[in-house]
Amino acid sequence: MRNLARQPIWISIMLVQPMFWLLLYSQLFRRITDLPGFGTRSYIDYLTPGIAVMTAFFSGTWAGMGTIEDLDRGVVERFLATPVRRSALIAARVLQSAVTAMLQALIILLVGLALGATNGGVDGWVVILLAAGLVAAAFSGISNGIALLTRQEATMIAVANFIGLPLLFFSSILIARRLIPEWMRILSGGNPVEWAVRAARGQALVAAGASHVALYLALLVAFSVATGGFATWAFRAYQRTL
Amino acid sequence: MDAIVVDGLEKTYGRDVRALDGMTFAVPEGQVFGLLGPNGAGKSTTVRILVTLTRPDAGRAEVAGRDVVQEPAAVRRAIGYVPQASGVDREATGRENLLLQGRLQGVPRREVERRTDELLELFGLAEKANALVRTYSGGQKRRLDVAMGLVHRPQVLFLDEPTTGLDPEARAAMWEELARLASVEKLTILLTTHYLEEADRLAERVAIVSRGEVVVAGAPEALKRELRGDAVTVELADADGAAPGIVERLPGVLETIAEGRRLHVRVDRGAEAVPTILAALDGGGVPVAAVTVSRPSLDDVYLHYTGRDFRSDDEGGSR
Repeated sequence: MRNLARQPIWISIMLVQPMFWLLLYSQLFRRITDLPGFGTRSYIDYLTPGIAVMTAFFSGTWAGMGTIEDLDRGVVERFLATPVRRSALIAARVLQSAVTAMLQALIILLVGLALGATNGGVDGWVVILLAAGLVAAAFSGISNGIALLTRQEATMIAVANFIGLPLLFFSSILIARRLIPEWMRILSGGNPVEWAVRAARGQALVAAGASHVALYLALLVAFSVATGGFATWAFRAYQRTL
Repeated sequence: MDAIVVDGLEKTYGRDVRALDGMTFAVPEGQVFGLLGPNGAGKSTTVRILVTLTRPDAGRAEVAGRDVVQEPAAVRRAIGYVPQASGVDREATGRENLLLQGRLQGVPRREVERRTDELLELFGLAEKANALVRTYSGGQKRRLDVAMGLVHRPQVLFLDEPTTGLDPEARAAMWEELARLASVEKLTILLTTHYLEEADRLAERVAIVSRGEVVVAGAPEALKRELRGDAVTVELADADGAAPGIVERLPGVLETIAEGRRLHVRVDRGAEAVPTILAALDGGGVPVAAVTVSRPSLDDVYLHYTGRDFRSDDEGGSR
């Protein structure tokens, strides 16, 4: 009865940010539609799933910052003195990232819809939301783990940027796969962000076969479990230092 | 049954920081107990062990009849903890913080709202209940902290340095709250502090701790009374090794302790002893800068039992 996987309280201010990003990006890249090889006429159709995944990825990666702040302020310590199950504390953070990302993705999809992208109807939307949620959960696991191990904001920022930017570029978020240089394309195969993008886009654009999508989603789930384990291990390490 | 039992706790950080060195004391149910000591004495470490945040290297501790190492979950259900660092969510309202804390402590959904309202009223936070904690004053935040520790009606409440960092007004207000709390709620309270006045005022019993162990324990008044006489503090122009010797030999002097430039002298009658002491020091060629006379305070109790001045230990020990 004591395992409350309680989510930290939602802040309305945070909802404004993803809206901002989506509108900005979609306007910014509108002109790129003319490049060949996209597999679709509308860049908005192409971009929307990618942006959803990208936003999810970033929100997951930055999740650690919140944890560091909580650690600094004594919030984690306070939680540890309550009967709440230790695992619930990590689960709550990861879950919060996932839900945030899914909500952001939903907003992005709605805005995309307003701009003319249908994204494969209900099926497409479900997959995109799942992909976004999983990416966020997975990277939130890494992020929180690092936060617990280093407890330094500066380190967190450095790591987030170090991991973040390369992963972003080694993916087909912004540009079609066929246009990516060979070597980058191969490396992108191992990029969890790319898995999410392919799953999201696969369903949304061309019914590339459900198995294809399922494969990528399964990979994401496995990856999330692994990072969740990492975060839990990091938490125990932190507890031992108290 | 004692609410808190601490027996020979030891804890070392790293290779050589002995935070606790055989800490032992007991607190009966319903008492307000103070752990008084300078920074670095081991107070916070003791509390963290008692609230199950950390484990001792040796020794035993029990809270509400449960061993803190063997049955941490049971202990957590019975206690409220108000840490030194606030731990409040600043981007949420006071009410939201209390509700969350209540749920985390296992207070049933139906009751948590009612309890929250009750506490907000009790701590004078009802007006600011729906404002973000970010907008609270230092005193209000601290009161919220204490309220959060009480949301589930714990048997034992731990307050780690409850008024450190508050301005004098807020501190006085908090003392009033805590005094009222102690008399009304019938809860066992353990508070740690490095403010002598706070321990004196709030605690029914005090354990003076220094360097990881209890130096002396008892009711503040009793401890002060045990120190017979008045405290005369002589501040010399320069530290002088001969000075204690000169003063010790004077009639009516009970005890002389030198610390740097200060001579702490206990005498039977302070007002009458001052001229004698000053004359003696003058005769011995030791120039005096200032003199004060006072009734013994916990500061003197500390000095008597550890041989060191509380204030200098406090400044030196901050980690």
